[in-house]
Amino acid sequence: MKSRFTFLLVGLVLAAMPFAVAQQTGGLRLPKTVEAGSAFSIQSTGSGKAVLYIVGTGQVLRRNVQLGETTFFAPADLHNAGHYLAALVEGSSTETGAFDVIAAHQPAALSFLAKPSRLAVDLHDGISGVVYVFDIFRNLILAPTQVSFQLSGVTRSVQMRTVLTHNGVAWTKMNSAAKEGVAQFVARVGDVASTRVIQQVPGNPCHLRMSARPSGQRLAVETEPVRDCSGNALSDGTIVTFTETYTGGESTVDVPLKRGVARTDMPAYSGARISVATGVFIGNEILWRKER
Amino acid sequence: MNTGRLLAIVIAAVTVALIVVGTVWPVPSAIAMAGSGSNLLRPSSSPQAAVQNLANEIGRQDWEKAYSSLANKNEFTELEFVHDLTGSYPSLRTYATLDSYDLRPLHASADEAQVQLKLRWSTVVGAFLDTRDLRVVRTGDRWGVCWPIVKEPRVPPQVIPVTYLRWDVIYRGTEDDWGSQDVEAPHVRIVDMHPVDRSRGVVIMGELLNEDVVPAFVIVRATLLAKNGSAIATEGSFDKISHVLLPKQVTPFLIEFHDVALSGVDSVLMEPSASLIAASADPVIGIEDQHFNAAPGASLSGKLVNQSGQVVTVAHVLGTFYDKNGQLVWVADQYVDRALLPQTPVSFAMALPADIAGKVSSERAITTTYSSGRFQ
Repeated sequence: MKSRFTFLLVGLVLAAMPFAVAQQTGGLRLPKTVEAGSAFSIQSTGSGKAVLYIVGTGQVLRRNVQLGETTFFAPADLHNAGHYLAALVEGSSTETGAFDVIAAHQPAALSFLAKPSRLAVDLHDGISGVVYVFDIFRNLILAPTQVSFQLSGVTRSVQMRTVLTHNGVAWTKMNSAAKEGVAQFVARVGDVASTRVIQQVPGNPCHLRMSARPSGQRLAVETEPVRDCSGNALSDGTIVTFTETYTGGESTVDVPLKRGVARTDMPAYSGARISVATGVFIGNEILWRKER
Repeated sequence: MNTGRLLAIVIAAVTVALIVVGTVWPVPSAIAMAGSGSNLLRPSSSPQAAVQNLANEIGRQDWEKAYSSLANKNEFTELEFVHDLTGSYPSLRTYATLDSYDLRPLHASADEAQVQLKLRWSTVVGAFLDTRDLRVVRTGDRWGVCWPIVKEPRVPPQVIPVTYLRWDVIYRGTEDDWGSQDVEAPHVRIVDMHPVDRSRGVVIMGELLNEDVVPAFVIVRATLLAKNGSAIATEGSFDKISHVLLPKQVTPFLIEFHDVALSGVDSVLMEPSASLIAASADPVIGIEDQHFNAAPGASLSGKLVNQSGQVVTVAHVLGTFYDKNGQLVWVADQYVDRALLPQTPVSFAMALPADIAGKVSSERAITTTYSSGRFQ
């Protein structure tokens, strides 16, 4: 019911605008801009009583005013940034004007989008950070604001960038570190900061080597610690495939890495060729000969 | 109007006639499935009749009657007989029902005969065939089946420590700010893709790699595009893929398009998708003694060995076949009907088309397992 009344009121005000502009009676002295959440005043001219409406995005204010006096609005009366219409209704005449409410200058909140949350080590410009700067009323601050980005991880080196917002948005790109681990990606504007966690994980394997030894009637095969090109041990759970080929047959086992090493038992066939691979990376091959 | 009435009368008459024929002369499979076949069973006056009666009783899961009809029941208990057919541990057999069966006399004399019985069991993942060569012996005026019992091994009570990795996932909440990051979806990549024109339509085969350090639940969809860019058809790989991929694991996939000619296809749009899934690196399954058996009856056979301590309820084996140039030529699969017990080999054999078998130079097999309510 309340919203219907508001719509009706806004409709009436808008419908009366051309007539009011044509009338040019009395006067309204409006500020050009108002900072969201701050106090402001509107001066009217003339004499008698009237009703002042302030209509904006998602908000309508109504004040009974004495013409010729100043009407004061308290802090936080208007807090949504946007274009506002002021209409002074006196009997059958209406006078209108407009002003803008802009975001407060003081940043109070950041929306920080950091992508991806998980990536391989040693990637140039692999991490992107985008920051939207808001005031305390969640208005996007369009004025250029300095945002500092900082990426720090397990190594001592810290990457820093300082970027000015453009239309309320600032963005940057960072490199992932050569060493695996969790990195803190922090965006800061003044005292306001937002942190995201970036998981830097080992890259593709660069070194895959295995050995074999007899284990009872079978063959125990085991890799050396599997590492990427930066020397990081591949994550536990990574699948390593052992393939044994012998006359007329083959055996395969997919084994997950445990503490950096994959090990399993395979049938012991003299003359068998055993190979090892993980993903599309192939390691060494062993020709197994049973000792007599 | 008259023609319509006449047609209705003819349809009704034919329906009644078929019902009468089906009731008076039912097919053996129908007796088994009807569940009231005991009145319709033939006396075991011939080897075929004895085997047929046994198959019908198995179909009705009338284990007591089936067991009592056997000629060699002194060699095993009724429970062992039931476990032979339905599995000692929960497996695909446990949830299977007999769909149909076939008999084939192999040899017969006055007192003994050999009959091959093919039991076709239906399950949620398709049918599997259980073939038994039965010896049937004559006792007086009746014939009785000697059941070739397959006793499933039992695992002795023990504690098997398992320390493989397990991944759990916590996703972002609904109340988190829109800027809050969610857990990143796994990165997967198609490393091989090959369309083939088959008599039934187009088949798209390929291999998918999980490049990430976390497990992925993967699906591959393909859309065939015509020369004008319009979509001809879209299909998914369904179960011709290992849906759960651990880090750096590769799965084959096969997508079938029925009634589509490759000549009408200009390009193929491949859509692999991956989402995070809680998974375990356990159990580890070894695929030993793999043999490629050439045509006729081309197949890849081998044994699955569960190297972990967990009993695997259902194992799915996927085979990838390559020609001498390393080009992917076919993807086949098979579900194993028996549970995988620790360190106990279970055989498998997956068939592949005869025309493809001649091209195969090498192969690779992987397994996906299902155990007690969780996938790996």
